[in-house]
Amino acid sequence: MADITLRVNGSEKKVSVPPETPLLWVLRDTLELTGTKFGCGAGLCGACTVHVEGSPIRSCSTPVSQVAGKNVTTIEGLGANGLHPLQQAWIAEEVPQCGYCQTGQIMQAAALLAKTPNPSDEQITQGMNGNLCRCGTYERIRKAIHRAASNGGAR
Amino acid sequence: MSPLSRREFVGAGIAAGAGLVIGFYLPHGDRSRKESFSPNAYLRIAPDNKITVVVARSEMGQGVRTALPMILAEELEADWKQIETEQAGASTLFGDQTTGGSASIRTTWDPMRKAGAIAREMLISAAALTWGVPRSGCTAENGRIKHAASNRSLSYGELASKAAALPIPSDAPLKQSKDYKIVGQRLARVDSLEKVKGDAVFGIDFRLPGMKCAVLFRCPTLGGQVSAFDDKESKKIPGVTYVGKVGDTAVAVVADTVWGAMEGRRTLNVTWDDGPNKDLNSAAISASLKQAASKKGVNLYSAGEPAKVSGRHITAEYSLPFMAHAAMEPGNCTAHYQGTNCELWAPTQVPQDCRDSVAAAIGLDPDQVKVNVTLMGGGFGRRLEHDYAVEAALVSKAINAPVKVLWTREDDMRWSTYRPASLHQLSATLDGSGFPAALTHRIIAPSISGQKGQPVPNGVDPDLPDEAGPVYGIPNYLIEYVQTETPVPLGWMRSVYALQAAFALESFMDELAVAAGKDPLKYRLQLLSKDQDLTYFTTTWHTARMRGVLQLAAEKSGWDKPLPAGRFRGVACFGCFQSYMAEVVEISMENDRPRVHRVVAVVDCGQVVNPSILEQQIQGGAVYGLCNALRARITIDKGRVVQGNFDDYEPLRMEETPTVEVYAVPSQEAPTGIGEPSVPPIAPAVCNAIYRATKKRIRALPILST
Repeated sequence: MADITLRVNGSEKKVSVPPETPLLWVLRDTLELTGTKFGCGAGLCGACTVHVEGSPIRSCSTPVSQVAGKNVTTIEGLGANGLHPLQQAWIAEEVPQCGYCQTGQIMQAAALLAKTPNPSDEQITQGMNGNLCRCGTYERIRKAIHRAASNGGAR
Repeated sequence: MSPLSRREFVGAGIAAGAGLVIGFYLPHGDRSRKESFSPNAYLRIAPDNKITVVVARSEMGQGVRTALPMILAEELEADWKQIETEQAGASTLFGDQTTGGSASIRTTWDPMRKAGAIAREMLISAAALTWGVPRSGCTAENGRIKHAASNRSLSYGELASKAAALPIPSDAPLKQSKDYKIVGQRLARVDSLEKVKGDAVFGIDFRLPGMKCAVLFRCPTLGGQVSAFDDKESKKIPGVTYVGKVGDTAVAVVADTVWGAMEGRRTLNVTWDDGPNKDLNSAAISASLKQAASKKGVNLYSAGEPAKVSGRHITAEYSLPFMAHAAMEPGNCTAHYQGTNCELWAPTQVPQDCRDSVAAAIGLDPDQVKVNVTLMGGGFGRRLEHDYAVEAALVSKAINAPVKVLWTREDDMRWSTYRPASLHQLSATLDGSGFPAALTHRIIAPSISGQKGQPVPNGVDPDLPDEAGPVYGIPNYLIEYVQTETPVPLGWMRSVYALQAAFALESFMDELAVAAGKDPLKYRLQLLSKDQDLTYFTTTWHTARMRGVLQLAAEKSGWDKPLPAGRFRGVACFGCFQSYMAEVVEISMENDRPRVHRVVAVVDCGQVVNPSILEQQIQGGAVYGLCNALRARITIDKGRVVQGNFDDYEPLRMEETPTVEVYAVPSQEAPTGIGEPSVPPIAPAVCNAIYRATKKRIRALPILST
């Protein structure tokens, strides 16, 4: 067990967990932030994507000790001050079917837009290819990213 | 009732046009609810004008929480903005609540409409009584009853308590489709906001105070058992509180956290009794299908006498592997056993089966088990099983505390129930013009229901009647089914047997068109040119409707227009779950692999309830089907499932996803299935396009077999 401090969505959180615990389970089990999802446990699907210091990471494969003292943003923090343009675009394009992977998709897309405010189709594919959706919503995801980009989604 | 018998029941209901009137029965408890108006179990109108529609199907992404209330709201003449939805748990009020077989709309279309219409008529009566005017002068509109002559109106909420005191009419007139204001509209889904915010509670997200987490170590060999286990190391993991057998085939590790349970399992030492299948492998399974092919089958469909037709004879054999659903949310269930009752929070397509199976497993009566249905991160048929629920209940009973059983991705992949591997023998006799005067399709496959010990009436797997019907009006036409056995656990996977049947039939039709030297789409249209009604079990397939979708697909895809160099088209059509589907794909070949650029998907599913959700289902089904076509394959080695995660069983990714254009043939016919029909035609359409590109015929899935 180790006492680890992280900043999650702007507030300081102290947790006492085995240091190798994946960040995903600290978020979900300890901090009860369940918007971040478990899909594969191996960094293959992106359902667990969160931001660490603004960069997208797979929280299922990131030991919590590695993010000690760092800023972690989850889906709950992305839209904390009103819906993020991507969340608005996701609703406008009616992207979610089952919705399970969509929080990870949105976090991945937010990181993409932060770096590439007006991505081409190819840049969207490159940026999003690591995120799986079994409902097959990719076409609407692409449209929603374009829509958010045109609405200042890189905020 | 088992999932199977439910499916049969649903089928019978449709066939008899009976609807599920069972859901109409009004519990006295609800009737006495103070002043709110609840003429049936689907609807409550409170005096504060809150209108709640109960959804008695499970939401797994297919949009039932939006589409089903739309149907009721239409007849109610409700203001859609006022409608709130409530998920029903396992209940005795709604008949069969199984969510599967692309049946949610088609089985609730009548009861939801009637529920809304009856309420509307009672609200009109309540208003007429209030005003002392004849009913005929009152109309229902946008959540109010109006009396035009006196320019008065009352909201449904204001009328609720008066309406609640009125007798419930046995029937009420239904609207005509031309008057629809809600049904057919592209209304926004009710669940998008919570899903993009991360607030939506899926099964895996549900928590109870004091809840423990469990993962199970299941025997890796199919049919094997636990011999012994050593939990010394597991118990050293922080937070591990219990290790114990669950049935004969698994050991549960319980901890305060999911990670603790996973670590506890990683360090658990189990000795297995591998059982009878330890030498089983995929090659042996294929060989046994081949061997079974010589057996006599049962007729699924029979017209004329194919054996007596002479002419040019063509045969081909097709095969498909086992496949896994691989929903994004792995299996899970939360259970709280409390001695004389047990409550479950289950992401399930079969709440009633979960209730009954759990009750049997833990020695309670079904009415002592309460099943709450959570949102599901995909279902695709995997959650038609109840294994996760039974495990959770058994573990909760063993530790006498609330527990969530969670499956990892590897658990989900290796202890799934798989789409049956199958073999198909096709033969045709062509007439002088090159069209089949006779066609025989032999389906050689194990029965999902049969393996589960459920009835297989007259040797016909009960799913085949919805999924393997005749497409063309060929005068001598035989569809035959040979039931085989396999120790590999079987399950219903999106489109079930239709995927196999369509791959074989529609690949073969392409082969026949090639043999006849004809355009494959025009070849099909010619075979459908005569209006015929083909009766297949309880469904009557109309060649005119299949022709309609194929013609529209030809038009929208620009079938007759030349393609850029390196692009090739393929077509397939199929009917299943009472809907008609045609798909045209455009591909190019890159390093011997097909890249699908465009899919034109045309459906005739009768009345469309919500075009946006329809588009989601068709696009999603095409993507799912393309993954099935390209690389979905579960193999068995030494009695174990080989694949474990998304690296060796990889769903389609964005870079491989084509544009899917969706068109629905305008129709006022009763709605038919939409969740599955877009899946089956993709594989043959892509393989047919590959033939155009390479002259290589693919007769075994997956396409990327190496």
